[in-house]
Amino acid sequence: MLKSFADTIVYSVFGMAQGSRLSDALDFFIYDTIKIFLLLSVIIFVVSVIRSYFPPERTKRILSHKREFIGNILAALLGIVTPFCSCSAVPLFIGFIEAGVPLGVTFSFLISSPMVNEVAVVLLWGLFGWKIALIYMATGLFVAIVAGMIIGKLKLEKWVEEYVYKIHSLGIAQEIAKQKFKERLVSARWSTVDILKRVWLYVVTAIGIGGFIHGYVPEDFLVRYAGPQNPFGVPLAVALGVPLYSNAAGVIPIVYALMEKGMSMGTVLAFMMAVTALSLPEMIILRKVLKIKLLAVFVGIMTITIIGVGYLFNAIL
Amino acid sequence: MEIKVLGPGCANCHKMEEMAKMAVQELGINVDVVKITDIGQIAMHGILSTPGLIINGKIKHSGKPLPSIEKVKELIKAEV
Repeated sequence: MLKSFADTIVYSVFGMAQGSRLSDALDFFIYDTIKIFLLLSVIIFVVSVIRSYFPPERTKRILSHKREFIGNILAALLGIVTPFCSCSAVPLFIGFIEAGVPLGVTFSFLISSPMVNEVAVVLLWGLFGWKIALIYMATGLFVAIVAGMIIGKLKLEKWVEEYVYKIHSLGIAQEIAKQKFKERLVSARWSTVDILKRVWLYVVTAIGIGGFIHGYVPEDFLVRYAGPQNPFGVPLAVALGVPLYSNAAGVIPIVYALMEKGMSMGTVLAFMMAVTALSLPEMIILRKVLKIKLLAVFVGIMTITIIGVGYLFNAIL
Repeated sequence: MEIKVLGPGCANCHKMEEMAKMAVQELGINVDVVKITDIGQIAMHGILSTPGLIINGKIKHSGKPLPSIEKVKELIKAEV
């Protein structure tokens, strides 16, 4: 139905000839844009409703004094559905530690939350298919669980800034009124519009790249540098991705262009994870609660795990 | 009566502060809105996602989306 709508616009309304490169590109662009924005709106809305049942306070209670492993898995999963913005990373970190959430479990949450989210999954689904979206989600969770477990095993509590342990809750009562279902829907609509406003330009850019640049750069342009045959492709992509700062939506146009031009899947996924999970501004924020040594260990473990994921998928995909 | 807005200084935190001040003014009560920006203090108050709104020592709101101005007025009125 969407396809015929796009066809009608291009061939009947614009009166363009079928089969030309430009009209095909435009047809593809209109079809993809509508499809992805429909997907985005529906899924962000549904996730926002689910999210309203998992405020950070509740996630904190669930994870408090959880054993490692089970705790890491739960934390990575809750990272998907707990609303979290990097501006709240510090109070959230202190709140978790103060409530007895183990350090490694806290990290699993902090890693999974920005990396595995509905916007990333929907965009990968719309542009590359559901398999890639599922693989990204599964490996994102895997990275969050493993990196958190390693940090837990290393017993690095001493490398958290001392003042964090001196903060004790004033025990202030939570009196946030329970939302009625209708109120949750209103909030979810607000969140959906808010997120769409922030990401639409990136999404349109990504689809534009797919539709228009398609024919103009040779498809194997990047194969030589970043194809599966080049053993340095993955570390290079990760090294480039770490200092870059973007959310999942912002990195999508780059990812799409790289894929189109022959970069292999594992390298692309590793690049996307490096961009979303590790960033300079986030490091600066986390530096307020972590000593530089722990920050370095965190970046090191994440880099190695992400590179491993990249190699794994280049080998099997 | 005591009204605290907690947030390190993001756009939504400023909005929350303005809303609280406006609500107080429109209700015609004489209360200062205290802004808490220190991260450690915010954490001590039990706010995990900012902005937070605490009225008379009780957390009434935390995080996004922000409540409407009517909702803020309601929350304050309930504590007068």
